[in-house]
Amino acid sequence: MVGILEDKDRIFTNLYGLQDWRLEAAKRRGAWNATPDMIALGGPWIIDQIKNSGLRGRGGAGFGTGLKWSFMPKVVNPDRPHYLVVNADESEPGTCKDREIMRHDPHLLIEGCLIASFAMQAHVCYVYIRGEYVREREVLEEAVKEAYAAKLIGKNNVNGWDFDLYVHHGAGAYICGEETALLESLEGKKGQPRLKPPFPAGAGVYGCPTTVNNVESIAVVGTILRRGAEWFAGFGRPNNTGTKLMCVSGHVERPCNIEEAMSIPLKQLLEEHCGGVRGGWGNLKAVIPGGSSVRMIPAHEAETALMDFDSLSSLKSGLGTAAVIVMDQSTDLVRAIARISYFYKHESCGQCTPCREGTGWMWRVMERMASGEADPKEIDTLLDVASQVEGHTICALGDAAAWPIQGLFRHFRPEIEARIASYRAGRPHVQGARLEAAE
Amino acid sequence: MPIAKVNGVEVEFEPGMTVLQVAELAGEEIPRFCYHERLSIAGNCRMCLVEVKPGPPKPQASCALPAADKQEIFTNTPMVKKAREGVMEFLLINHPLDCPICDQGGECDLQDQAMGYGRDDSRYAENKRAVEEKFMGPLIKTVMTRCIQCTRCVRFITEVAGQSEIGLISRGEDVEITTYLEQAVTSELSGNVIDLCPVGALTSKPYAFNARPWELKKTESVDVMDALGSAIRIDARGAEVMRVLPRINDEVNEEWISDKTRYACDGLMRQRLDRPYVREDGKLRPASWAEALSAVAAKIKATAPDRIGVVAGDLQDAESMKAALDLFSGLGVKSLDCRQDGARIGEGPRESWLFNTTVMGLDEADALLLIGTNPRLEAAVLNARIRKNWLGRDLKVGLIGERAELTYDYDYLGAGPASLAELIKAKKGFAAVLREAKKPAIIIGAGALARDDGAAVLALAAQAAKTFGVVAEGWNGFNVLHGAASRVGGLDLGFIPKDGGLDAKAMTAKGAVDLLVLLGADELDLSATDAFVVYLGTHGDAGAHRADVILPGAAYTEKDGLYVNTEGRVQMGERAVFPKGEAREDWAILRALSERVGTKLPYDTLGQLRAKLFEDHPTFGQIDHAPGSTPAALDLAAVGAGGEVSDTAFASPVKDFYFTNPIARASVTMADCSASLAAARASRIAAE
Repeated sequence: MVGILEDKDRIFTNLYGLQDWRLEAAKRRGAWNATPDMIALGGPWIIDQIKNSGLRGRGGAGFGTGLKWSFMPKVVNPDRPHYLVVNADESEPGTCKDREIMRHDPHLLIEGCLIASFAMQAHVCYVYIRGEYVREREVLEEAVKEAYAAKLIGKNNVNGWDFDLYVHHGAGAYICGEETALLESLEGKKGQPRLKPPFPAGAGVYGCPTTVNNVESIAVVGTILRRGAEWFAGFGRPNNTGTKLMCVSGHVERPCNIEEAMSIPLKQLLEEHCGGVRGGWGNLKAVIPGGSSVRMIPAHEAETALMDFDSLSSLKSGLGTAAVIVMDQSTDLVRAIARISYFYKHESCGQCTPCREGTGWMWRVMERMASGEADPKEIDTLLDVASQVEGHTICALGDAAAWPIQGLFRHFRPEIEARIASYRAGRPHVQGARLEAAE
Repeated sequence: MPIAKVNGVEVEFEPGMTVLQVAELAGEEIPRFCYHERLSIAGNCRMCLVEVKPGPPKPQASCALPAADKQEIFTNTPMVKKAREGVMEFLLINHPLDCPICDQGGECDLQDQAMGYGRDDSRYAENKRAVEEKFMGPLIKTVMTRCIQCTRCVRFITEVAGQSEIGLISRGEDVEITTYLEQAVTSELSGNVIDLCPVGALTSKPYAFNARPWELKKTESVDVMDALGSAIRIDARGAEVMRVLPRINDEVNEEWISDKTRYACDGLMRQRLDRPYVREDGKLRPASWAEALSAVAAKIKATAPDRIGVVAGDLQDAESMKAALDLFSGLGVKSLDCRQDGARIGEGPRESWLFNTTVMGLDEADALLLIGTNPRLEAAVLNARIRKNWLGRDLKVGLIGERAELTYDYDYLGAGPASLAELIKAKKGFAAVLREAKKPAIIIGAGALARDDGAAVLALAAQAAKTFGVVAEGWNGFNVLHGAASRVGGLDLGFIPKDGGLDAKAMTAKGAVDLLVLLGADELDLSATDAFVVYLGTHGDAGAHRADVILPGAAYTEKDGLYVNTEGRVQMGERAVFPKGEAREDWAILRALSERVGTKLPYDTLGQLRAKLFEDHPTFGQIDHAPGSTPAALDLAAVGAGGEVSDTAFASPVKDFYFTNPIARASVTMADCSASLAAARASRIAAE
């Protein structure tokens, strides 16, 4: 066996699309099995089960899913129906797990939507799918049609909870993956995050109580209820339980998506599933363990890191979406982070000041850092600017823009100082990398 | 009441207040750009960050954070100082810092707050962003590189003005404020975005590069462009009024004014009558005061009182009307009229011509019936207030009259008096809404009264008021919305025909009178009259063109005067500049004339005139007070007069918002606005 998780415990058994995604095949794999029975046990039971399973949101922040559901009003005000919104705007660089669920196991998601909506007394669910995910949307919409045709969802369905599901196609803005910006976009407005409070559970889409969940968080719900909260809680360390889709990319022999138990050692994940770091473990330079917006960890920390929320946050990084970006010794880390900075500058919505002005500033300085043209004292300025962005913005995009830079300087500051020194000594590190196309 | 601690000082606050408001209660100043009391909270400038305990270990936007009991708020900690410095630095990195050539200089929030809360220098060494200017019409000048994207203008136009014409496009550091397809803003309230803009991105186009704020003499006064009497501040340099700005008066205009109020002031320098004229051989020639006054006095003495007519115009102050009334009534003249639009109103109780709910009281109404009025054109600021109530309190509005885009939804109930009669009989629809409303209100417009059956229409409206319980214990929802600043003052004085005297329209008929005295009355059709016309006024407009003697008077910025707005609120206008050339204050001209006629008016100063005015008409003594009458004072049966109503549809008296009075007609800016609006209407672009 490779890794920790055994095949019998996998939730996404068609992750690689080796089998048919359609309803019949999905049913054979277990989807829609005993769903009416779960419904019969009632919403509070479902929420309790999810709480007991220890499922933490899979979108990056890792907030307890069951707890989030319990924030919804217990009694539905007829004027303000409840909504479930599934965040399928998966745009974080390095992350590619939700798309596999939507194109290869869409029925697990649809089933999860029904169960979660029932648990929160919502009759309507919107799936907000990323603009670039065209094929995924086609599959998901087809699967929704199948589910309607089989009376699994819709009015008077066999599961006993009237439920409509709408797939909404985004227009390709990263910020619309932020839950309140997503709601704005869903309402037809410009995708800009809202101020919180009020939180969506109080006033979400159309001002009604809303829960926004990641695709993966919702898609695992059916299987958790089928196999029991204890089963799911049996994987990983306490407070970091369950199985998790991990996306490994970068300098490994075989980049892959893999469902694994939480808290698997990072090294084991890379060695056993991905064929190891290119050129051997010793060739590893750094790892970004949770998608582009968390701080990187250097090789020596990656040695012992576990893939879970607590271990990585103790290393001042984060699990994020568990999108592991592996960088070996050949990587120009500064240039890599400069590219990430460009991404955040490009995707900032421009609503609030620190992010609008700070992301562009940070990117420009990073570009000069990458070529070595910067002044050594600019490093401290840059870190100060990053700290002026972090925590001062409406949404977390400001944090996400600051963290990669902070991570880089936390571990590799001497490298940048050396680069600046060599540039000043007339030995430019990167030829021709100037800031010509900046404006 | 909950208690919070601000920098260690305990303050009590109302539940629902934000941290920013609580900190202000405690006397702490919180810097801000995007936050504005009368707009929705955007929370995007991040300037108002404070530290809050209990709370996350990062600064919080105080404008958007609800204050909680036992909360500790800190505005002076190192974290807050650092946060403010950081935000200010970000705001300035792409700001051009062109203060020496910026019209906002001296009254710029960014300038002030950069001094107060910013760092001493910038660490930003990259190139600054430049943004192309946007076209926003003849009033708003844009220098968009200065913009800090606070979105106050967007929120004002969307929420208060109700026209989504300004928006934020693109994202990230490329965001730009622009108008839809870069067309002119058409809102009547568009000038307010200039006041709202905390930087020099949106400045006043007509005022561009004209003056610095510290050069201006600021005079607090009252607007006369409509009957609302908005509170204004007149900024003058030397003899010229440079600009007009709103003052805060929650009871009338909150802090908005219409574009006409703000920009018609350039009309005060054009087409002015700055010396007396006398017509000789069909041509007007300059004359001395003595000559002109003697000519008028001789004519008055030679004419029988019943062959004299006097009409007061729309912009007259109460004192000049009082002086005219004293002079001509004393001579036995009965043809006196202050209603040059021909409104059939002014008999019966005072409440029958007032806006009885008061403007502020309208905020309590839950159903509103508009009769023959287009408040957007007749009182644009009031219209924004109706919109505010429609948005925030779900006010139900019904309209009888011309269909119009009013910036709020309404039930259209018909075009003319017949529809009103039907509504009174109806049981369903909007009639039911009015019946069920706890505080229903009616607004009857000047256009509905300025017609031959106006008195009957008024009576019909009173009948409707009775039917729908508009006047009840503790609530009087019967409102008349006038179109002219002088109207209520004139009616309060009784400046209407007495004992068979002629009204304004009848006076202008051929052969009706031998001497017609016009006090700034320019809206009359004078083509038929063959009388000797004396025009006392400010502008070379309709009245002066027909006049045989012109006596140059003072405009509203050039005299101290009392104006009574549509609510019956007496407000005091103050002189900001002196009258032009040889022109004199209107009352003083009338006083001088009275001496030559031989019936000297018993006052030598404005103070004495006011004392007489307050004595004869005590309501004028209640400055800044709106009566908001008690229901017992309004006997609905006494409102209006019986008679047949015709089937003619109601029409708004305002055909062109920008040209309603002689000052506005003389204004180049108003002409630009009118042309711009006409062009915008003519070229509707198929957007999608």
